[in-house]
Amino acid sequence: MVSPFSVRLERTLSLWLGVLPFFVFALVFLILPTLHVVIGAFTRPDGSLTLANLSLLMSGPILAALGLSLRISLWTAFLGTIAGLMVAGAVVRGGLPPVLRDAVMTFSGVASNFAGVPLAFAFIATLGRLGLVTVLARDWFGINIYATGFNLTSFTGLTMAYLYFQIPLMVLIISPALDGLRGEWREAAESLGASGVQYWRMVALPVLWPSLLGAFALLFANAFGAVATAMALTGSALSILPIILFAQIRGDVLQDPHIGYAIAFAMIALTGGANVIYIWLRLRAERWQK
Amino acid sequence: MTAKRIGSWAVFILAAVYFLLPLVGTLEFSLRARRGVYSLDAYRNVLGDPQFQQTLAYSLILSVATVVLGVLIVAPTAFWVRLKMPRLRPVVEFITLLPLVIPPIIIVFGYIRLFNTASILPLTGSSRGTDFLLAAGYATLSLPYMYRAIDTGLRAIDVRTLTEAAQSLGAGWVTVLARVILPNIAVAILSGAFLTFAIVIGEYVIAALLNRPAFGPYMVWMGSNRAYEPAALAVIAFGMTWASMAVIQFLARRTRFTKV
Repeated sequence: MVSPFSVRLERTLSLWLGVLPFFVFALVFLILPTLHVVIGAFTRPDGSLTLANLSLLMSGPILAALGLSLRISLWTAFLGTIAGLMVAGAVVRGGLPPVLRDAVMTFSGVASNFAGVPLAFAFIATLGRLGLVTVLARDWFGINIYATGFNLTSFTGLTMAYLYFQIPLMVLIISPALDGLRGEWREAAESLGASGVQYWRMVALPVLWPSLLGAFALLFANAFGAVATAMALTGSALSILPIILFAQIRGDVLQDPHIGYAIAFAMIALTGGANVIYIWLRLRAERWQK
Repeated sequence: MTAKRIGSWAVFILAAVYFLLPLVGTLEFSLRARRGVYSLDAYRNVLGDPQFQQTLAYSLILSVATVVLGVLIVAPTAFWVRLKMPRLRPVVEFITLLPLVIPPIIIVFGYIRLFNTASILPLTGSSRGTDFLLAAGYATLSLPYMYRAIDTGLRAIDVRTLTEAAQSLGAGWVTVLARVILPNIAVAILSGAFLTFAIVIGEYVIAALLNRPAFGPYMVWMGSNRAYEPAALAVIAFGMTWASMAVIQFLARRTRFTKV
């Protein structure tokens, strides 16, 4: 006799069996490794709880790296948000031929994934000491851009490289929101005597505001987690936080890994926090897009 | 209206210059290896370098392994969640989005600490084990793209009817998945696969920290040791990314037409 209970149990078990590989994989290769790092940030080598590791973040070089990472991420997120909004505005609502819109969207899909080593090489080949633009500026206009204080392996250079993936990401995120601005709103504003500037200031921007802030948060997280571009572009000339962590992971065989854990935790907290803000603001923004 | 259109064109042209110049610059730089004339020397050096062939082959094989692993993990779950456990959907979606939130360097840091030679699962102890760990890491990175692609594919077909039809003909679950569902979402899987390929082929951080001879670390090594070859590598890498994106676009367009 099979009891109804065991039948139900068997059914439940077989139901869960279908999704088991996924959950086991996610647990072993995504959740546990992350948790291990997070817990490590709050424990001593002997396993007891402590907050001392986090105070290591406040030490000179790590604090400087954190500051640099925050500055580069905030700055490229800010510029990327504005430039991406302008590009998206131009192709979505600027009266340009629709062909350009498709081209820009396809290109953005590719370029937003360009972060990495080839991107750094591309900028070295273009704006490095022997790069195309550097050479042309010298030969055609007699301008030595490196004499003006420009340097590719600097904050400015890294900003220019990061914008190459930040702007396309912004274009991809904000275009649906721009599509959501209804023509009727503009007509209504105009029939009430609003100028173009007034329409943007009093109608369009308030509607877009959550989308813009959310996009800014996402771009911030996007820049903060990037490592390869900066490493290939500047070597270790610009020590952003992930580069410090990279060196730490490579060299921590003998020393205490808990400094690394603390850095990693700071990174998760910042990128995770930025993503939560992005998701929350996007949910708010979607109210207008229904 | 005209002022607005002029402004739009100005923005567009400025953006086009910023985005195209590095591409042109890279191409031009890669041709400059021989003094005074344009030549393909840098490409010849790169393509003839055994290291290039080995690392690229390694990364290609690894990306195939990643795609297989990703499909094996994601496809049954996406199918099952759609068919039997729709309430689990938000949980699965949330998990597949996590790799976009957690930087890859953190994930690989966790791997190195968790799967070291002293642990219960000492994957980093052997090179085969580390290869598997690298593929698992890449499959994790590709979860958001793979899940979205496959779920979109499943949405386009009538999963329930197909499954019941196959079952009434005596098919078991494995047969249903492998011979009915997967062939019907092959296009979706392929677009997920090419996106995964584009991410995996030049990845640097995870491969470097796991110390595997992949294409990303090779590119960085070239970058600090050669002048013109890195530009040639960048052109090759861009070419591969663009080619896979073109395939995805083509596949997307094809499904749109066949659905009508």
